[in-house]
Amino acid sequence: MSVDVKTVKRVARLARIAVSEEDAERMTGELNAILGFVEQLNEVDVSGVEPMTSVTPMDMKKRRDVVTDGNKAADIVANAPATEENFFLVPKVVE
Amino acid sequence: MSDLTRLTISQARAKLRGKEITATEITEAYLSAIDRANPALNAYVAVTGDKARDMAKASDARLVKGEGGALEGIPLGIKDLFGTEGVHTQACSHVLDGFKPRYESTVTANLWADGAVMLGKLNMDEFAMGSSNETSYYGPVINPWRRSRLDTVVMPTTHQGDGGFVSAGGTRTQRSLDNAQLVPGGSSGGSATAVSAFLCAGATATDTGGSIRQPAAFTGTVGIKPTYGRCSRWGIVAFASSLDQAGPIARDVRDAAILLKSMASVDPKDTTSVDRPVPDYEAAIGKPIKGMKVGIPKEYRVDGMPEEIEALWQKGIAWLRDAGAEIVDISLPHTKYALPAYYIVAPAEASSNLARYDGVRYGLRVPGKDIVEMYEKTRAAGFGREVKRRIMIGTYVLSAGYYDAYYLQAQKVRNLIKRDFENVFAAGVDVILTPATPSAAFGIADEDMAADPVKMYLNDIFTVTVNMAGLPGIAVPAGLDPKGLPLGLQLIGRPFEEETLFQTAAIIEQAAGTFQPEKWW
Repeated sequence: MSVDVKTVKRVARLARIAVSEEDAERMTGELNAILGFVEQLNEVDVSGVEPMTSVTPMDMKKRRDVVTDGNKAADIVANAPATEENFFLVPKVVE
Repeated sequence: MSDLTRLTISQARAKLRGKEITATEITEAYLSAIDRANPALNAYVAVTGDKARDMAKASDARLVKGEGGALEGIPLGIKDLFGTEGVHTQACSHVLDGFKPRYESTVTANLWADGAVMLGKLNMDEFAMGSSNETSYYGPVINPWRRSRLDTVVMPTTHQGDGGFVSAGGTRTQRSLDNAQLVPGGSSGGSATAVSAFLCAGATATDTGGSIRQPAAFTGTVGIKPTYGRCSRWGIVAFASSLDQAGPIARDVRDAAILLKSMASVDPKDTTSVDRPVPDYEAAIGKPIKGMKVGIPKEYRVDGMPEEIEALWQKGIAWLRDAGAEIVDISLPHTKYALPAYYIVAPAEASSNLARYDGVRYGLRVPGKDIVEMYEKTRAAGFGREVKRRIMIGTYVLSAGYYDAYYLQAQKVRNLIKRDFENVFAAGVDVILTPATPSAAFGIADEDMAADPVKMYLNDIFTVTVNMAGLPGIAVPAGLDPKGLPLGLQLIGRPFEEETLFQTAAIIEQAAGTFQPEKWW
């Protein structure tokens, strides 16, 4: 499979990365080189093989459903580019 | 006193405990070495001098009382991927501009609890995506190793020596360093350079497809990627969560064992951290390997592999055989599919993990007319080319209609790769010996690799299988190529049998010796 410039722009939109016409052209070539490289996976017979879901065979750890952390609002917003009274500030999203 | 930066961790540990030196002295020695070398090598992106001095002072107080921890007073460098409280943590990306976490990663917290001293944060490929440390927002790291050439010099008959070889006809051959700058490998290029150039006693690193072992091989250092689940991933900036593992880069096998012992732990904060006690890895060093079964996989003999890599591999086989190991030929039939499967799985996970960099909660924000434009502009300005490329691939392979063809197929192939290893281990193989990399270090701004991203990806051809299967792997220096550059061998072990790797790597180290670059910086 290969991608065209239109697909690259659609994927960039999905990934929320602004791309110029020039970027999209360049990325199309790069992505096709990578997609061409991974194409060889199609020759592997995977009939009856389960996809990997856990690298190490183990049960997922569970913890008790209790509050173990919190009251750190100031820490959480400390690195934000724009805040007001422990809220993150973003451009207006609701008219 | 001789240069304190030349001491290995085990040597420094003995001298600190014996009160022959102080943590403050050795810390100052490293800080001034960094001061002198960093403009040339660019290994550190942040030096935490004041913090280092405070930590060293506290170590000295504990050492005086005889209360020192396992790493008391040992100065370390930390890869920029590890969250360090109040200290520069940006995964060497522009998108995390100014980020200083309010928490400490479990791995670094373990090191400080054992008394280690933090010298600063180490350069790396942006978000650990790269094999040359050239994708860093902070510029490339330079390998302290340079190619050298042998020149024949006609000597006056009365002189000889200076480290050269005297030949019968009054000439001698002399190695001279080439000026071309080489990459240290990646993504843990800053860690590898800092350890190799004596800018820290040891360093933390991480490995998603070879990012500890390839730079270790390129710089003549020892690097181990432990079994998936051995070191907590909590507080480490995530790249590909099912592949990422932390591990050390060190000057010798013993130092790597000492560091891993402190880094590894059982952590309730990481659901993939495995409930197994951490063994004393150092105790495995020096144990004989008589009767151990060493597998040699035929699939690792790839087309176009340089002669010196094959020769190195044969030397490694001979050393282990001489030490009493049984050498057996094995087959890992799905090896060639590991790299293509990796370039689906890793970008897919990365595209998901990196969705959080949106200009809202931390780091860079570029304003836009609405929130979507703000996201798009922030991410366009904040991520470098390689990172964008991988996010794009990941987004594409996970997008509607392509998930089964790419991601599901790759995860099935991944199970086949894992099964290859399981079959070999079930047949009694204890450890697998392979080359660590398909070449020695290459030049900065290599044109072939810049033109074709897949060429760069091929650097990880021998290491990536290990991440796909979640196994432990160690790179240990085994010799120099004809141009005087270090080459490494890789040992792959059964899950959680890191001790076997240290035990076997120590045999290779004993036969090959250790390697230091000639100082030019």
